Amino acid sequence: MLTATEIVIPAPRELTTKPRRSDQIFRGVVTIGGMASLVILGLIALFLSLKGIHILREEKFSFITTSKWEVITDETGSIAGSSFGIGAMLVGTFLCALIAIIVGVPIAVLSALYLTFYAKGAAKKFLVSLVDLMAAFPSLLYGFWGFFIFMASAEYWAKLLNKYFGFIPFFDVPAPIFERSPFIAGLVLAIMIIPIVTSISREVFDQTPLDRIQAAYALGASKLAMIRAVVIPYGRGGVIGGAMLGLGRAMGETVAVYTVLNVVYQINWQVLFGAGGNVASLILLKFGEAGPYEVDALMAAGLILFVLTLFVNAAADLLITRFGGKGR
Amino acid sequence: MTMTVEPLPQKPWEVTSRQRASTASLLAIAALLSWLLITVTGLNGKLGYLSAFFVTAATLIFIQQFRLRNLAAAKDSLLSSFALLGMVITVIPIVSIVATVIVKGYKGIHFGLFFNDMSLNSVNDPINQGGLLHALLGTIIMVGGALIISFPIGVLTALYLTEIQGRLSRPIKFLVQAMSGVPSIVAGLFILSSLVYPVTKSLSGMMGSFALSILMIPTIARTAEEMLRLIPNELREAGVALGGTQWRTVAGVVLPAAKSGLVTAVILGMARIIGETAPLLLVSGGGDSVNLNPTSGPMGSLPYYIWKSFLTGGTEEAFARAWGGLLVLLAFIFILFGAARLISGRKVM
Repeated sequence: MLTATEIVIPAPRELTTKPRRSDQIFRGVVTIGGMASLVILGLIALFLSLKGIHILREEKFSFITTSKWEVITDETGSIAGSSFGIGAMLVGTFLCALIAIIVGVPIAVLSALYLTFYAKGAAKKFLVSLVDLMAAFPSLLYGFWGFFIFMASAEYWAKLLNKYFGFIPFFDVPAPIFERSPFIAGLVLAIMIIPIVTSISREVFDQTPLDRIQAAYALGASKLAMIRAVVIPYGRGGVIGGAMLGLGRAMGETVAVYTVLNVVYQINWQVLFGAGGNVASLILLKFGEAGPYEVDALMAAGLILFVLTLFVNAAADLLITRFGGKGR
Repeated sequence: MTMTVEPLPQKPWEVTSRQRASTASLLAIAALLSWLLITVTGLNGKLGYLSAFFVTAATLIFIQQFRLRNLAAAKDSLLSSFALLGMVITVIPIVSIVATVIVKGYKGIHFGLFFNDMSLNSVNDPINQGGLLHALLGTIIMVGGALIISFPIGVLTALYLTEIQGRLSRPIKFLVQAMSGVPSIVAGLFILSSLVYPVTKSLSGMMGSFALSILMIPTIARTAEEMLRLIPNELREAGVALGGTQWRTVAGVVLPAAKSGLVTAVILGMARIIGETAPLLLVSGGGDSVNLNPTSGPMGSLPYYIWKSFLTGGTEEAFARAWGGLLVLLAFIFILFGAARLISGRKVM
């Protein structure tokens, strides 16, 4: 017998794609935290400009083109006149960083190739840890080691370079002073960035798809041919990114350059001559004795350095996405 | 009648003793040739010998490979020679640095070093007077303070990049990258201009912490991001499939799974900043006596202690003091790396 059973159709559960309250809070907090880098970078630019903008306004373009750094005070101690220009230091910054890149990156890429494709077993593990450890050494250590230990041999190499390649204007010197030159500072910076570039390149090379490597070997390629056909095209972007990272670090390096380089306020293109400087070491040098007005000028110099390193990093990012896109 | 012959296992790819002998003799010839080269041309120094040896050895191996096989194999051998050379050049400085610090630094180490400060001594005093207690405590306090600030920010950034993956992921990744390129001296200048001059008007350990955290955040964020990316997506999907909200999935599944990775991130961040000198020279003052209060008064630090001993002294004792400080700093870095390896079980070091 069919009785009219009461069929209770439950109300359909409300379907929603709206996240729960807890998730909304979670996403909000994480998003705010994620913005921290943006906020901090913005604040750095803001505060450095607040302090330094009036110097930049006064000096206009001569702040980056001229090479004078002086404050003239009258008898009462108040400032009568001043001129600030960081041209020499900018040249020094680029010079040292460029030497570091030219010397450091090829060595770093070669040792990354060695670590990825030649070293085996325990030796590989040990070498990888050694390089990673070296990347964490503070610049202070490199600076003093460079000054007390490395300087003597580097000076000897500089003399050799000058002797045999002195006809090239870069390697000429106005006076035979080879100590504490941009060349030596650049070499110390190269030693500093080699572990960084090596470990990034190694990570990139490690990610090369195994099937492509095997395919190359199966076609009869030697290791060299395999690396040229598979590894280099695949890892190029990552390696360039690593090199740019090294460049950024070399440009902003303070303590190592301050200890190794003889900071002299003149534009010096002759890399073997013992005079030079970079923006960061200028800030450290002048900060101790600077009055409030000069500190503002140092802030402006810091702003330029900040913008410069940001620009290098942006270029690195662009290069990686444009030519690499893979790897890191 | 059949006889079964069991073939011996063969490894044709293994290096035979004959090949090994030929390589060894080749290297010996190279050593001899390079010695001749040096006596003839008047090159000198360890590096001169090394480069002469490299050139002759690489050439000989090239010729051998060309004779035994073909040009491709010879070129291949050239690459392996150069790769090895690159590795050797990379390793020489680290060996030299560690050896120098140990050889020069042990003279600066004595028992009282960790129990005294420099308030009553100058850097030129005999080495067994004074110590670096103030520097050690200052560094620990400042790095700890920086860690308290940086860890949450770094991990939240990493979570944004891996879990939320919002529209801003790409720009934020770029900004974190850019932030890791901020020169340390700029971090110091920033704290000076934003906090010291307008607000506190005095140098203190806390300012040092703030400056250090600017350098620490990107390291933590990037390492943590890499570690979170290693967590397989299946785990997240499983968490959601069990009915977990995203928050519960992250808190209950993803973060615990990435725990060792996060510890690694913290340790690498600490190793990054423990030897930072430039910002501390600007903002932490750098005192010579023990100061446990990070909010007021100058605070010493290991890098400052080393810096001061090197630059203001000039005597044998001052240099010994500085190298001793560097040895302590280096020991700290070794301990941090060892700890990273031990705790996380990953091969960080």
